Amino acid sequence: MSDVKKFMFVNRKAPHGTIYALESLEVVLITAAFDQDVSLVFLDDGVYQLKKGQQTKGIATKNFSPAYRALEGYDIEKLFVEKESMEARGLNEQDLLVDVTVLGSAEMGELMDRQDVVLSF
Amino acid sequence: MSSIEVSSKSYETDEEGYLVNLSDWNKEIADYIAKTENVDMTDQHWEVINFLREYFEEYQIAPAVRVLTKAIGKKLGAEKGNSEYLYGLFPYGPGKQACKIAGLPKPTGCV
Amino acid sequence: MLHIINKSPLTNSALDSCLRVAQSGDILLIEDAVYAAASGNAFEGKMREAMGRFKIYVLLPDLEARGLADSIITGVSPVDYGGFVDLTATNKNCQSWL
Repeated sequence: MSDVKKFMFVNRKAPHGTIYALESLEVVLITAAFDQDVSLVFLDDGVYQLKKGQQTKGIATKNFSPAYRALEGYDIEKLFVEKESMEARGLNEQDLLVDVTVLGSAEMGELMDRQDVVLSF
Repeated sequence: MSSIEVSSKSYETDEEGYLVNLSDWNKEIADYIAKTENVDMTDQHWEVINFLREYFEEYQIAPAVRVLTKAIGKKLGAEKGNSEYLYGLFPYGPGKQACKIAGLPKPTGCV
Repeated sequence: MLHIINKSPLTNSALDSCLRVAQSGDILLIEDAVYAAASGNAFEGKMREAMGRFKIYVLLPDLEARGLADSIITGVSPVDYGGFVDLTATNKNCQSWL
């Protein structure tokens, strides 16, 4: 297919304080239906979206974190986390819900440059 | 707000007939919704409904039809993991219609 | 690539993160990010450093609205709305950092 474009979703917000993370996830799930080349990037507080063990019962909101594990079934397999953001939050790959590729800032910037469309959340 | 009445108990639904409280769901309600959809529930129907319930339990989302089809094929075999089979069971869509009977929200991105 | 920032660098990390991740290209400062284009605040040093790697633009109407039109850091290029459109058109892609 010649009309496949590279889409990158950049997630920079923590999951429950604002609606950005959930909105991003919903757009990603919809985008999956269009057979494009989709990458998800988790930067800054966005890394917290992937933290294991989220329990939202006490704040009476939807716990959408298990849905990140469904992404593979939607053929969305390119998940990137910035090393500096993860380390600044005292997290490592074992703390995350899904398998990700960890990239340094510079590599992440280069990956961003290569996209056709970059969407920020 | 709309509602349905099953065994003289009232359950809240949205305007399209999807249960508002997912925890309200039981097999009797499923049978009731299936009837309103003109679906005669068989073991094959239940197999899909139960699969959807398990999928939702694990991922907290209702799968898109494409994803459901693939996942059913993986779990129940290729003869069931195709749209012909699934639309045969649920003519108005294994996403839209089966999710309604399963007491799940409409799949994201499903119009 | 064009990076668009709209938050003050003194209250929000968007510009910092952009400067950390992006390696080169154009940066356009709009809305509250225009404070980064004004001299004399705590972020000025980082802006001067960034100028070696990036071409930096600031949306003049937003800067004027905040009373800072005459304190643009030397080397930052003011643009009007037409210039904003030109930047989005001449770059291959762009990201609005939220």
